[in-house]
Amino acid sequence: MSAPAAPEAARSDRHDPYALGRGGHGGGGHEATGHGEGGPAPKRTVVAYGFWIYLLSDIVMFSGFFAAYAVLSGETAGGPTGAQIFGRGRVAIETLCLLLSSYTCGLGSIAATRGSRPATLGWLAATGVLGALFLGIELQEFAELVNEGAGPQRSAFLSSFFALVGLHGLHIGVGLLWLATMMAQIWLKGFRPNVQRRLMCFNLFWHALDIIWIGVFSIVYLLGYRG
Amino acid sequence: MSKHGHDHGDSAPGDERINAHEAASGARGYTIGLGLALVLTALSFWIASTDLVWQPAVPTAIIVLAVAQMGVHLVFFLHVTTGPDNANNVIALAFGVLVVLLVIGGSMWIMTHLNHNMQMTADAMKMRMP
Amino acid sequence: MMLGKLDWSAIPIDQPIPLIAAAVVMIGMLGVLGWVTKRGYWPYLWREWITSVDHKRIGVLYTMLGILMLVRGFIDAIMMRTQQSLATGGSPGYLPPEHYDQIFSAHGTIMIFFGAMPFVIGLMNFVVPLQLGVRDVAFPTLNSVSFWLTASGALLVNVSLVIGEFARTGWLPYAPLSETTYSPGVGVDYYLWAIQISGVGTLMSGINLVTTILKIRAPGMSYFRMPMFCWTALGSNMLIVAAFPILTATLAMLTLDRYGGFHFFTNEAGGNMMMFVNLIWAWGHPEVYILILPAFGIFSEVISTFSGKPLFGYRSMVAATLFIVVVSFFVWLHHFFTMGAGADVNAFFGIATSIIAVGTGVKIYNWLFTMYGGRIRYPTPMLWSMAFLVMFVIGGMTGVLLAVPPADFMLHNSMFLVAHFHNVIVGGVVFGAFAGYTFWFPKAFGFQLDERWGKIAFWPSIGGFVLTFGALYVVGLEGMTRRLQHVEVQEWVPWLHVALLGVGFMMIGVAAQIVQLVVSIRDRERLRDVTGDPWDGRSLEWSTASPPPFFNFAVQPDVHGEEVYWGIKQRAIDEQRLGPEPEYAPIEMPRNTPTGFITAFFATLIGFALIWHIWWLAALGFVGAYATFVAFAWREEEDYEVSVDEVASFDRARRAARAAWLAERDGQPT
Repeated sequence: MSAPAAPEAARSDRHDPYALGRGGHGGGGHEATGHGEGGPAPKRTVVAYGFWIYLLSDIVMFSGFFAAYAVLSGETAGGPTGAQIFGRGRVAIETLCLLLSSYTCGLGSIAATRGSRPATLGWLAATGVLGALFLGIELQEFAELVNEGAGPQRSAFLSSFFALVGLHGLHIGVGLLWLATMMAQIWLKGFRPNVQRRLMCFNLFWHALDIIWIGVFSIVYLLGYRG
Repeated sequence: MSKHGHDHGDSAPGDERINAHEAASGARGYTIGLGLALVLTALSFWIASTDLVWQPAVPTAIIVLAVAQMGVHLVFFLHVTTGPDNANNVIALAFGVLVVLLVIGGSMWIMTHLNHNMQMTADAMKMRMP
Repeated sequence: MMLGKLDWSAIPIDQPIPLIAAAVVMIGMLGVLGWVTKRGYWPYLWREWITSVDHKRIGVLYTMLGILMLVRGFIDAIMMRTQQSLATGGSPGYLPPEHYDQIFSAHGTIMIFFGAMPFVIGLMNFVVPLQLGVRDVAFPTLNSVSFWLTASGALLVNVSLVIGEFARTGWLPYAPLSETTYSPGVGVDYYLWAIQISGVGTLMSGINLVTTILKIRAPGMSYFRMPMFCWTALGSNMLIVAAFPILTATLAMLTLDRYGGFHFFTNEAGGNMMMFVNLIWAWGHPEVYILILPAFGIFSEVISTFSGKPLFGYRSMVAATLFIVVVSFFVWLHHFFTMGAGADVNAFFGIATSIIAVGTGVKIYNWLFTMYGGRIRYPTPMLWSMAFLVMFVIGGMTGVLLAVPPADFMLHNSMFLVAHFHNVIVGGVVFGAFAGYTFWFPKAFGFQLDERWGKIAFWPSIGGFVLTFGALYVVGLEGMTRRLQHVEVQEWVPWLHVALLGVGFMMIGVAAQIVQLVVSIRDRERLRDVTGDPWDGRSLEWSTASPPPFFNFAVQPDVHGEEVYWGIKQRAIDEQRLGPEPEYAPIEMPRNTPTGFITAFFATLIGFALIWHIWWLAALGFVGAYATFVAFAWREEEDYEVSVDEVASFDRARRAARAAWLAERDGQPT
């Protein structure tokens, strides 16, 4: 993220940040702020770490829904099963969209560190388009299922499916709203420290959502498709 | 809070300063990550639909591939490393993963047992069916 | 319909008790608001408290909310004990079942979520940054939002008294009773939205404190130089971050069932009501450790201070705390041994539950060894601590008894269980909160609480507590089930009368605590804490003035060794002078903001609207909340600068008070 600055800094430290051993020049010893004795950490580290902790709490919340899905996935109450309703082609496209959007998001963060407003906005816009595409396809899937009588009220399996996948979709939706707000801020305010911090948090959020999607498409769709 | 920008002992999650000269950094890192993720995803989809793999092994294979891809994301997109600067981030992640495993695994273990013990006998089933 | 399900029938005109209670509360509230208006306090309150992002102010607000809600919950308890004492031998008592069920549900919900949680969170909020030697928590504005969202939840629960009804399902709304089929009214919805809204606040508070403790400490303060209270606060907040999302998820599933016709926990279409019990307790067990760990931390501080010795076995205490944090996620099934998971599952969780007691055992021994060989004083905080040591061991032992599945099959959901958890929550968390409240009151307000009234409050409280829950243990062993609206077994009745007598004593204790507060405010000059260190404390908060200046420390302390402040103090006493005057510099502090208050306003609106199915109002609330967030994110000025002169004048006054104290001691031995 700070590619130009860091190599010089790492070299000028004249020590290996991965060296073992306590204290001295291990990089993780006495001088380290926050995590050792160096005093309060810089605001950037504090904000990102706090957001990291929030993400972990979010993952635990998803695990509650995953657990419910795991327990209820067989309870089809005489209604449709996963094999009957999941379309692999559609899921593959959704997965591709989200994965590519993670990629463009990362490139956007590199552009932001370089300080290039047009490049950042461009990559972020691509991220938004891909994310919106993902969401659109998912909403289309939901609408079709509801129309053919396979909505969340049909069975416990469908309830847990709609809730888990829907929760992920809700996060994507909120993420897109956040993205739009971030883009507006970058356009109007530039790369102030607080805007940079927020962009960093957005990156963490967006990548984490893709990680959760890996769990969703693997456990819900791929395993469920096999029936 | 201190105002200076960077600190060499402690990395913010998502930052890739100390390993900025490593292979996993910069645009190249994201591209490698994307490539690996695409391969793992394709593999997952293929294993789920092919007959070439012993069927009972498929769920395990898919889960392993999913975990591997999550690892790819963590390393190449989230820049999580095992360096001492990342210690806080990794410990927090480990705690979160532990809780996730306990919630999902524990719930599955408990609920399977509960469901099994709550099953109706064949006679009771006959009484309930119309 | 413009107002959803809301109409005039929501007001309980036909039920005298809630009506009168509501009237009393409203008159009281209007009285307070009127007095504030008449005295012209609104600008001060808005500027200094409502829009404050200062952790000390927010800590006090949290604690005040907690104390207020403890009193409300205690009134529910009085009503329950009286009902059970009266409704015997065929008599119906004075509370019909529909009402009684709401009371025991409200009692538990309020005590845990809006009494105990805010109380301990408030103490952690106030103390932790001071003990770490820093100016505020990691995210001050988020802190304000957290508090106001918690208050919003408390408000919604109390509104249910006046408009509508509360849940009748107990403090954890098991399905299918909590589904719309069996709870068609708004009661469960009030519960759900109040808890979800305040749950967001609590989660954010957890994130805030974990980040603060791990990333924002004074220079030189490594992990093993942190006071013990900060370690237990870290443990508690790690648990909040890891466990509260499970609560959010589970209650969200119930909400989807109720509002969307989903089938997570319903009787039909494949729902699994046992899943609710399983998931809710996966949160519920860590929750009780969230409550008790800060109390353990308080006792570590209080016992070491009043024994005049450093805490014994610091590292083993840290290990025990982290042990408890991890193992608390391995035991949750012990809350439903009888649901039928079978012997092997029950055995695993039973053994794990017995093992977790080891962590607490280590702590108890360390506290005892801290006292051994010390010069012990017994002001009120130490009295609460001594009571805790005895009470918590007993409560813990009954817990280990319940951890044995075959024993639990007899005792599950009996009054023995009720006595056990009150034993540990009241004897542990509440006594700890009282000790912390008394201990840190002078730091927060600049004067101590009256010691005589403190003792007058202590003895009836503990006597009453032992009477009440001792009696309930007995009646539980005799087979009495919990939550009975009337009692048909005559043998139990004398014990219930004993329990009621105990409640009477506790009422005297509560009343004495209120009197203590009034008397202390009235006599505050006599009780003034001049130096900032009224107890001869050992950690950094006692190095500040009482109350501390809004920026806490004029110059960030440079920490060497453990028990920082004790070292500084001893050096000053040895050398008979203070350290040199530091070089003052301007300080940047975060700006006050109404974001927290306004967000909570919209949250309350959203909650109320969703409860009564007023969809347009809920949508409006969401728009308003989002607008508030964007407005806050768009502000230009985040911080402001405090001038060197202002910093210096505060600090010089503090140093003068300390120098005077030092001179008065006049070389007395340490």
